[in-house]
Amino acid sequence: MNITEILFWFLSALALTGALMMVTGKNPVYSVLWLIVVFFAISGHYILLNAQFLAIVNLIVYAGAIMVLFLFVIMLMNLNADNEPQKNKWLKFAGLIAGGSLLLILVGALRQSDALRTQALQTGGEIGLIHHLGKVLFTDYVLPFELTSILFLSAIVGAVVIGKKGD
Amino acid sequence: MNSILLSVDWALVLEKTLFIAFIISISLVIAMYTTYGERKIAAWIQDRHGPNRAGPFGLLQPLADGLKLFFKEEIIPNSSNKFLFILGPSLAMITAMLTGAVIPWGDKIEIFGRSISLQIADVNIGILYVFGVVSLGVYGIMIGAWASNNKFSLMGGLRAASQIISYELAMGIALIALLMTSGTLSLGEMVRQQQTGGWNFFIQPLGFLIFLICAFAECNRTPFDLAEAENELIGGYHAEYSSMKLGFYLFAEYINMFISSAVMASLYFGGYDIIPFYDESAWGLSVNTMAVLGALALFVKILLLIFVFMWVRWTIPRFRYDQLMNLGWKGLIPLALFNMLITAAFILFLRK
Repeated sequence: MNITEILFWFLSALALTGALMMVTGKNPVYSVLWLIVVFFAISGHYILLNAQFLAIVNLIVYAGAIMVLFLFVIMLMNLNADNEPQKNKWLKFAGLIAGGSLLLILVGALRQSDALRTQALQTGGEIGLIHHLGKVLFTDYVLPFELTSILFLSAIVGAVVIGKKGD
Repeated sequence: MNSILLSVDWALVLEKTLFIAFIISISLVIAMYTTYGERKIAAWIQDRHGPNRAGPFGLLQPLADGLKLFFKEEIIPNSSNKFLFILGPSLAMITAMLTGAVIPWGDKIEIFGRSISLQIADVNIGILYVFGVVSLGVYGIMIGAWASNNKFSLMGGLRAASQIISYELAMGIALIALLMTSGTLSLGEMVRQQQTGGWNFFIQPLGFLIFLICAFAECNRTPFDLAEAENELIGGYHAEYSSMKLGFYLFAEYINMFISSAVMASLYFGGYDIIPFYDESAWGLSVNTMAVLGALALFVKILLLIFVFMWVRWTIPRFRYDQLMNLGWKGLIPLALFNMLITAAFILFLRK
């Protein structure tokens, strides 16, 4: 085993423990903190893949901004283990189906991972560095990139509309 | 197992460990004496004497303060969440120290034939790393505030969080303009570009102003210290803290101030560059002398920026919460966007 492998197993164990603790935890604040641990572990994996930009953006956006807002809402609502609303069983059933579908897609994606691995190697393993990423985004994937930005714009407009409702 | 140990470059590990220890002690000592400087400068601005009892000119005052904080009774409120209550100040301290890793403190030095870079890690996404750590800094305050189980603390924590998130946006957009002119994310590379030419401040004065204001907000310094507004929130997020845990929160603020001054000096004032528009290698000094002179120049710049922090704190009164949000969202963000567009237009016209 070399150091990269040790780090890989450590980060994987950390990510899985964090995810399990997040789902099983009774206190929502602890759940959010465990989710942040998961994001750190995943960022560690990105760094192992030499995708530094993705790793740090994952931390800035998810751990740094979205989770702060989650924590914000949970702290303001003062959710505790005692007054946590019980979900009804249909909701649980729907959650099971949604999670199962996601698992199916992930397994389907993993089945062709051999082909993807050779693709990444063709560029010398530097595809995750910001210069390559920028080039690829603005040449091969311009349309999806621009569509995503329109999606974001509509989300921003939507947020402003909802925020203005009270006035 | 042996092969793992052999494959490690132990000299590099030793060199980096020593350097990290050195940088951490320097930040702690500077943060300690910044508290003294703050009180002396406050006294000077308000025409008082300031601390002058402990040692000559009161120079031992920070030690006395630290000792006092250590010896005070440690109170953990009964209704608080014990683990998170302790985690809060620890996180505040850790995130304050982390940023120092990507700042180039000087050029290379040569010891025993080894060329040692005076930067802990020259990662290719340096400035984004700074950003990531800054955005994590809010957790120390929020977790501590919530764990205190006190509504004033919670209010302070929420104020801090919303303020930091709001000002991060303007800070990021101001930085984008700088990234467009320099074309790199690595702090080491940015400083190297400023060595022979002018400093980025001359290209991006508006960007620097926005960055400076946002840095005040990110460090929770007056005029943006609503998180600890003592006349509204009885001390804000650290109302329930006592002894050294309170000390860590206060100390983290001073370390943040030191580190953000270092970031600003590196981004806008040439880092370890001594004279703008001038190539110092013409002096023909040895590598080590240049590195020491450069590091000294960087520390002079940092101290000047820290002085600006204090000057503003003792000059401008605290904002009201709605004024703070108006300034951030309706003042700084449009201004930063405007700065970005102007920079982009200039680059387009000059390079074509």
